[in-house]
Amino acid sequence: MLLQKTSNIIQLGLKELRSLYQDPAMLLLILYSFTVGIYASAHSIPETPYRATLAVIDEDQSTASNRIIDAFQMPYFLKPEHIGLDEMDHGLDSGLYTFTLNIPPKFQQDLLAGRTPSIQLNVDATQVSQAFTGAGYIQQIINTQTSEFIARYRNIESSSIEAVVRMEYNPNLISAWFGAVNEVINQITMLSIILTGAAVIREREHGTIEHLLVMPLTPVEIMLAKVWSMGLIVLVAAIFSLFLVVHIWLNVPLYGSITLFIFGTTLLLFTTTSMGIFLGTVARSMPQLGLLIILLLIPLQILSGGKTPRESMPELIQHIMLIAPTTHFVILGQSILFRGAGISTVWPQLVALAGIGSLFFFSALSRLRKSLQ
Amino acid sequence: MKSSIVASLQQVSLEYGETQALRDLSLEIPAYCMAGLIGPDGVGKSSLMALLAGARKIQTGSVQVLGGDMADAQHRQQVCPRIAYMPQGLGKNLYPTLTVFENLEFFGRLFGQDKQERAARIADLVQSTGLAPFTERPAGKLSGGMKQKLGLCCALIHDPDLLILDEPTTGVDPLSRNQFWELIGRIRQNRPQMSVLVATAYMDEAQRFDWLAAMDEGQLLACDSPENLLKQTHCDTLEQAFIQLLPEHKRAQHEVLSIPPHSSDGVVAIEARQLTRCFGDFVAVDHVDFRIERGEIFGFLGSNGCGKSTTMKMLTGLLPFSAGEAFLFGHPIDPHDLSIRHRVGYMSQAFSLYTELSVRQNLELHARLFHIPKAQRDQRIEEMLTRFDLHSVEHILPSNLPLGVRQRLSLAVAVIHRPEILILDEPTSGVDPIARDNFWELLVQMSREERVTIFISTHFMNEAMRCDRISLMHAGSVLDSDSPKNLMKKRGLSSLEDTFIAYLEDVQTNEESKSTEPISLTVENAVKHNLKSSKYKSFSLQRLLSYSLREGMELRRDPVRALLALAGTMLLMFIMGYGINMDVENLTFAAWDQDQTTASQKYLLNISGSRYFIEKKPIYSYQDMEQRLRSGEISMAIEIPPNFGRDLKRGATPKIGIWVDGAMPTRAETIKGYVQGIHSLYLSELARESGVTNQMGLVDIALRYRYNPDVQSIPAMVPAMIPILLMMIPAMLTALGVVREKELGSITNFYVTPVTRLEFLLGKQIPYILLGMFNFCLLVALAVYIFGVPVKGSLLALTFGALLYVICSTGLGLLMSSVLNSQIAAIFGTAIATLLPALQFSGLLYPVSSLEGAGAFMGQIYPTTHFMIISRGVFSKALDFSELYSYFIPMLLAIPILTLLSVIGLPKQER
Repeated sequence: MLLQKTSNIIQLGLKELRSLYQDPAMLLLILYSFTVGIYASAHSIPETPYRATLAVIDEDQSTASNRIIDAFQMPYFLKPEHIGLDEMDHGLDSGLYTFTLNIPPKFQQDLLAGRTPSIQLNVDATQVSQAFTGAGYIQQIINTQTSEFIARYRNIESSSIEAVVRMEYNPNLISAWFGAVNEVINQITMLSIILTGAAVIREREHGTIEHLLVMPLTPVEIMLAKVWSMGLIVLVAAIFSLFLVVHIWLNVPLYGSITLFIFGTTLLLFTTTSMGIFLGTVARSMPQLGLLIILLLIPLQILSGGKTPRESMPELIQHIMLIAPTTHFVILGQSILFRGAGISTVWPQLVALAGIGSLFFFSALSRLRKSLQ
Repeated sequence: MKSSIVASLQQVSLEYGETQALRDLSLEIPAYCMAGLIGPDGVGKSSLMALLAGARKIQTGSVQVLGGDMADAQHRQQVCPRIAYMPQGLGKNLYPTLTVFENLEFFGRLFGQDKQERAARIADLVQSTGLAPFTERPAGKLSGGMKQKLGLCCALIHDPDLLILDEPTTGVDPLSRNQFWELIGRIRQNRPQMSVLVATAYMDEAQRFDWLAAMDEGQLLACDSPENLLKQTHCDTLEQAFIQLLPEHKRAQHEVLSIPPHSSDGVVAIEARQLTRCFGDFVAVDHVDFRIERGEIFGFLGSNGCGKSTTMKMLTGLLPFSAGEAFLFGHPIDPHDLSIRHRVGYMSQAFSLYTELSVRQNLELHARLFHIPKAQRDQRIEEMLTRFDLHSVEHILPSNLPLGVRQRLSLAVAVIHRPEILILDEPTSGVDPIARDNFWELLVQMSREERVTIFISTHFMNEAMRCDRISLMHAGSVLDSDSPKNLMKKRGLSSLEDTFIAYLEDVQTNEESKSTEPISLTVENAVKHNLKSSKYKSFSLQRLLSYSLREGMELRRDPVRALLALAGTMLLMFIMGYGINMDVENLTFAAWDQDQTTASQKYLLNISGSRYFIEKKPIYSYQDMEQRLRSGEISMAIEIPPNFGRDLKRGATPKIGIWVDGAMPTRAETIKGYVQGIHSLYLSELARESGVTNQMGLVDIALRYRYNPDVQSIPAMVPAMIPILLMMIPAMLTALGVVREKELGSITNFYVTPVTRLEFLLGKQIPYILLGMFNFCLLVALAVYIFGVPVKGSLLALTFGALLYVICSTGLGLLMSSVLNSQIAAIFGTAIATLLPALQFSGLLYPVSSLEGAGAFMGQIYPTTHFMIISRGVFSKALDFSELYSYFIPMLLAIPILTLLSVIGLPKQER
């Protein structure tokens, strides 16, 4: 009996794979999303600040002011633009510059006289990602330049404590590393939910589900078949992408146990494919399913901790997002691939994934049972 | 009149992949009469008709219809208002969620009829087809016969000169079939200039036609009047005549079927007692009783929608029953009992096999699912392929096969596991006579030799005659049940068809009075002029709007979708507005204070006291630090060396080690910034205390955060979320618009009606643009009233920007829909094309200027980037048109480009 069930699940799963094979456009899209999509996404996340736009109103035109302005260099800042005071507001308004720096007249004179001249720094705070770090950088540059400038004229006390900041795991803070892995996680989620959800709806829209139901098959078998086949496709694509695109093409070093990561991915896929089936039973037609998927994917992509740090989200959102498997997987992925963490570190995430997966699996199953009756 | 020709084909060949549908076919079809195409399934009848209707692209040869070449797009555009085409399959060109009336309205509008004309025509048509009482019923809920009538009405609404009907009566009950032909007869009486071309599997129908073309294997066997064909072949019936016309080797296969009598062994295979099924108020099956003995062939005869399929579905366990009982082999039906399913074979009315698996793969899948042992499996599959004559098509996908061949495959699948009971719902609809006889041969063999019980429903009287017993059904109840001969005897009639009709007439006391008058299309002359003038317009707003209206109605019929779009965006706006926070706070750190003096504690207090950091329990060793950073418990570790306080006092510059988790670079960068800031602050304090000038005191930097002085996330994120949501949702709404019609078949209307690609696409886009703008209004209201983010700049500029933007996003969805061929690919494609560029490349989190490579390029051309600037500009920076005009231009350019790409990606004919 068990043997027969297994054989049913395998056969039905093979059927799903064959269906996918018949849709070359879909295969092409999958290929795109796991190669070019990841590459483009990884390479587009800027280091912060990176190529920030800065305009300078230099009312002093002195050695000191020039020294400061020349210190803003690529890749952190695009070459500062010299503008007049009247152009400043317009430039900020239309988003031409994120930062403007206003160096007042007699700046150098005041500086040398120790009168602490004031430099105005305007920041476009709608550019939230650059506003903080950029402003910090600019302040630091100004301070360094002025002290170096002044050092030529008189002695000043150097810092009495030295802070040595070391970046662990990604010493140069290359964004592409994190961006690439995060995008792989996004594609895994997106593809697996779409594939299984659509597979359920398609059976219904084409009437084939009726055919399955008169055969000696149970809903569990129908569901498991979709879970394994669609999960396998995505798993293969993800592993392929992780090695060829992320590791080799993008040159991201992968620490930690790949086997453990693959095991985690499998658990994630178990959850997301179950979610897909769940959505497939909730939606009554493909158009509805499409909407549901988009509505689910946006928060999954933005709030799982992959785009902005989880800690800084409001507590309520943090709690809600604990239901999302991707939240746990982002932590797991980061821990294993970047910090080289082992099972003793990531077991809570594995347990969480398995728990959420079972929750979705069984609710999807019970919905599937009901919708089939 | 008969001398003229309505259509002619010269050396036409057509192939799909490896299948050759038409081979070098030349044929002239006479005008002003009923011309018929007969022949077995899959000989190219449907392909021929699709070519004539302009629905399919001509590969080789020439096709002339109504005096012009169908390869010429301009001619097609001109004649398609004069051609009406009804494709094969029940109601395939209808829109199931629209009512009868709305379907007719849509077609009327498409052909440029004004309101008055439409009303008159629709009234005429529904009156004469008996659809008048059902005009408010959705087309999807009509019975098969009524669907076909509605299809015919839709085809006739614009007075075509050439009516092409592809098996219009397949699956239609005898009574409706008669009515259907009467209707066509009456229309022809009124419009003698109309030519009709019909493909049919019913030989008795073909008998009545004026001219017949017999086809086989993509070639013409003969064409002449039915009388002449009979004369030529010296046969009495067309069926025999057709067999005579076939090549020698095929003729040999056919022999007359004989059925040995059924011998009862007293075992009851199927029993139903007072079986009832209601759908809401409607009683589909009303207290039905029957007993079917083992090995018996039991037939169900009845009009469309009388409850035959419902009864069968209840017996298979697909539908639970409302009342009554049913037994299979004495066991009550239990939908969860898997073992019984091994003993039952079922074939549903609609094709329900996998169109993406080949014929052989379908058989194999079912053989395996029924666990036919490996040793027997291949043999059994071979047997089925031979029995149902499927060898020649075994590697072809069912979607490329004609209806009749697909039915044969369904049958093969239903019997592959040697079931003891076979439940067959109109298995032979659309199957040609020879294949039908072959199939019955198999049924008889199974019934008599293997004692398989067969429960079958049919519309063919000659098949009903072959059953041991039949039940006559009407409106959910069984009228009578007996052997066909006995039923005829009871009524004293010589044919079963007359007997059945007599039974029906008994119960139909209040039957609608059937008009025998020719259809009086009184409106015709009055509107003729009007029709002509609108025929040749290359762009018609009315046709465009007819698609808009239809799409709008479908959207209204599916309120869940619109609701999901609106409520979903509001919900997301809430979650994202609060959730995205670039103001990184609550960062965890732990200290390893090896000094434990006041100096070191003061230093740490500076950090733990800031709102950015939360201190966790202290670190005791490198190993501990390493482990806690690795697990992500802390994001930063601070190591204060021993003797920190002493060194500081001595002025020896102690070193503090700060370790930051760099796995997430943005966060790491922020942490670094914060900690350095706190560090310098500490130093200047220290300096002030000791009274020395420090490098930190040289300049004063006046920092101003503009537009959002507190750098709160909500005022920054809310104006940015509006563009994101207005990209994803409208795009996904339109993404299935075209591809869904492709997958479900109604795309044929687009192929054969005068609507152009541009009209079709824009027409579909308009309702979604309106929905998108409504959504925009809701989102702005939410931003202003709930989030308290005021619109500081020009609302008009924002609204205009939103309009252009929504046109872009719906256009993008439509592009995906036109280019791709499956709904799943369209969903995935749209998700790819919107999620990544909108979330990552459009300045939501990182300014577009800081991107590079492919991302930067995408960001610069993607509409979200520009609308994001407009939205932020108007919301936060109090801007208006004069400052923002340059951001409207890229969107204005994107609109025609997207539309043009969609037009190019959508062929006007099937290839």
